Amino acid sequence: MALSITVEFSGGAELLCGNVKKHSLNLPKQEHKWKIRDLLVWIRDNMIQERPELFMQGDTVRPGILVLINEADWELMGELEYELEENDRIVFISTLHGG
Amino acid sequence: MDVTVKELQSELAEKEEEIRRLKQLLNMREDQEERLKVYISPEVDVGDKTYHERLSNADISRYSRQLILPEFGVTGQIKLKSSSVLVVGAGGLGCPAAIYLAAAGVGKLGVVDYDEVELSNLHRQILHTVDRVGVSKSLSVAQSCFRLNPSVLYIPYQLQLNSTNALDIIKSYDVVVDATDNVATRYLLNDACVLANKPLVSGSALRFEGQPPPPETVTNCSEGGVLGVVPGIIGSLQALEAIKIASGMEPSFCQRLLLFDGLDGTFRNIKLRSRSKSCSVCGEKPTILKLIDYEQFCGAGATDKNPDLHVLSDSSRISAKEYASMLNDRVPHVLLDVRPAVELDICKLPHPALNIPFPLFNKNISQVASQIMQVVNDQCHSTTEQPDGSTIQVVCVCRRGNDSQLAVDLLQKKLLSTGVNLVDIRGGLYSWTKQVDADFPTY
Repeated sequence: MALSITVEFSGGAELLCGNVKKHSLNLPKQEHKWKIRDLLVWIRDNMIQERPELFMQGDTVRPGILVLINEADWELMGELEYELEENDRIVFISTLHGG
Repeated sequence: MDVTVKELQSELAEKEEEIRRLKQLLNMREDQEERLKVYISPEVDVGDKTYHERLSNADISRYSRQLILPEFGVTGQIKLKSSSVLVVGAGGLGCPAAIYLAAAGVGKLGVVDYDEVELSNLHRQILHTVDRVGVSKSLSVAQSCFRLNPSVLYIPYQLQLNSTNALDIIKSYDVVVDATDNVATRYLLNDACVLANKPLVSGSALRFEGQPPPPETVTNCSEGGVLGVVPGIIGSLQALEAIKIASGMEPSFCQRLLLFDGLDGTFRNIKLRSRSKSCSVCGEKPTILKLIDYEQFCGAGATDKNPDLHVLSDSSRISAKEYASMLNDRVPHVLLDVRPAVELDICKLPHPALNIPFPLFNKNISQVASQIMQVVNDQCHSTTEQPDGSTIQVVCVCRRGNDSQLAVDLLQKKLLSTGVNLVDIRGGLYSWTKQVDADFPTY
């Protein structure tokens, strides 16, 4: 069964995917459970329209992007290893700006 | 005859007004130097803490609306009056933060900024004024705050905070507000506050440990644009948090982050992890024991000023003056403006331009190149008086002359075989205003 989640980009990160902030995703069924690790790659390959290096570095997000899993810092949730659940809300926020 | 006299009279009046304004500016500058001497001279001790035991009658009248708040009360007011807050950055965040801290009655308010007031600051940096254009921002903020509440001790620092002076300045304050506009100073402040054991109220960003982000991914107000009221909201929130900490109330954003999306009108309150044990500054085995060179660490300067790139050789660049004479002599050419479309609505050069925003060059240079070639070819056909066999020149322009160089560089590689002559205008539209048309707007 496919997994449906919401992905949001803000703080400037939305510019990487056509300036659209909110996306409802239906992730295809796969053998093991979907982890954030898999989601990042999926987003890079299917959603990021330009300069993927501004989204990912190595197998994780580039420094300066904050990842939230259901309104909590992903570091509280297991980061890359977090297993996605139905209706999860994942937010990517570019955090470094001017004043 | 009458007309000429009238014209001259009005010109004279204008010049006199200009002289008056410049004199005023000069006075302020002198005044500013005097005051800075007093404040920054090491012999003058401004670091002493003053503890207050009670409130004066004037205090009671001025602060009555917050004194009757049970959570704050006389105790909170006395603590606030005995405390000192340092606001780093006198811009979009620093202005609202400083004015609310001053209004609330903090004892001592330090304001750090190396920069001077510009007209393009005023839409968001609301404590500066038209007649203070060219004056130190830190002094301008101190002056505006003084008018609202003269009982606060104001200490403007007209300097760039760096590894050598940061700890010295920070140590005489109880709370530090990060209202800066660049990554290098944000890292510096984070580490300095950890080392000096001072609470830091950070606006707009967090998570300063770990690898710095690539500098090209960090935008600032001068490049990315900002609607003035947005930093106003964030700076006000920073003031509130600093007041809570200084007056002994419970802080709200310890291990929390509040995000505001001005476009959606939504706030989002996020739980953060606690201090990381492996953090190189605040962890169990810190490796950063004194301040380092943060400009080098971040690979980015500690200002929001954009550096001038030097990508093209001189033979591929023309000055704004040279372009003006090209226009004058009606030399056939294609003008290529690589700014975002929204910026062409602000102003454009007096010649029809082909607008291809610079990001498209990185996205699909082949398509961009063929689009340009088509325009060049069309123009070749329509120009009857073709100068002896030479190809039509493509002149590339942007706001400051950085993107235009990168665009020409990319195009030169792509169009090498076509023999098209590509140049950019050195210094972009800025230099057009400076060298050719003083009435041309800058932004």
